[in-house]
Amino acid sequence: MNFELFAFYLLAAAALSSAVAVISFRNPVHSVLSLVLTFFSTACLWLLLQAEFLGIVLVLVYIGAVMILFLFVVMMLDVHAAPRREGFIKHFPVAMAVAAVMFAEILLLINAGGSTRAAFPAQNPALASNESNLHWIAESLFSRYMLPFEVAAVILTVAIVVAVLLTLRRREGTKTQNASQQVLVRAADRVRLIKMEAVSKPSDRPTEGK
Amino acid sequence: MITLEHYLVFAAALFSLSIAGIIINRKNVILLLMCVELMLLSVNVNFVAFSRFLGNVDGQIFVFFILTVAAAEAAIGLAILVTLFRNRRTINVAELDSLKG
Repeated sequence: MNFELFAFYLLAAAALSSAVAVISFRNPVHSVLSLVLTFFSTACLWLLLQAEFLGIVLVLVYIGAVMILFLFVVMMLDVHAAPRREGFIKHFPVAMAVAAVMFAEILLLINAGGSTRAAFPAQNPALASNESNLHWIAESLFSRYMLPFEVAAVILTVAIVVAVLLTLRRREGTKTQNASQQVLVRAADRVRLIKMEAVSKPSDRPTEGK
Repeated sequence: MITLEHYLVFAAALFSLSIAGIIINRKNVILLLMCVELMLLSVNVNFVAFSRFLGNVDGQIFVFFILTVAAAEAAIGLAILVTLFRNRRTINVAELDSLKG
């Protein structure tokens, strides 16, 4: 058993056991933290596949942003208001049966344990000798997949706007600026010019020495 | 020697686990969302493995887009969840029955 295979088994075991923890922990915060471990182990598995860019994106975007968002929401909502795990025992046999049947079917489909073993090519044939994975992806992403890339940017923008709009709450009695009225204001509403003389008359001054 | 089969079996196990998670935790919306994320992850593993196996970049590009859309989906789903909790004081799926479905 070489190092690569050993690393694969170790990381896959970590990912699968933390996935089991995700669905079986009672506390949602622990579930989110286990999900972080699953994602991290999977990112390491992708590194083993020489997909460095996606592995790092998974850690940065998924663990760094999406999972923190999950954690934030779980902690912001009242955890105790979440329903207790009634029905865990009741649904457990059904869930295991469905999962086992599905797993067996997929194994049958991919012919696991069959005689033909499809080993990965030692060197990625599409890559030149010292070309990086990032370069490989970027070349395709910014030429053939330019339009989908732009559409993805639009989707993310729409998601931001929708998320803000959905959670926006107007409270009674708060003082906010009315931008349209601010724009429509005229100079005459703000400043009133009055005529007055620059120098006051001597008779208006208080007389000294009395 | 790692083979393609290793990764396919791993992804299949992850997918089956997330299916089991959805069936077990059908009361809690947050856990349902997390199981959906796990399913997306297992599909992504297949994409990356086949991309490496065939020396084809399209699989990795596809994973990139799946990650983008999944991030948008998670953001909007959690925003809906926050609004729901604010209005109904619960995230129990069984109690969300105002549509009488």
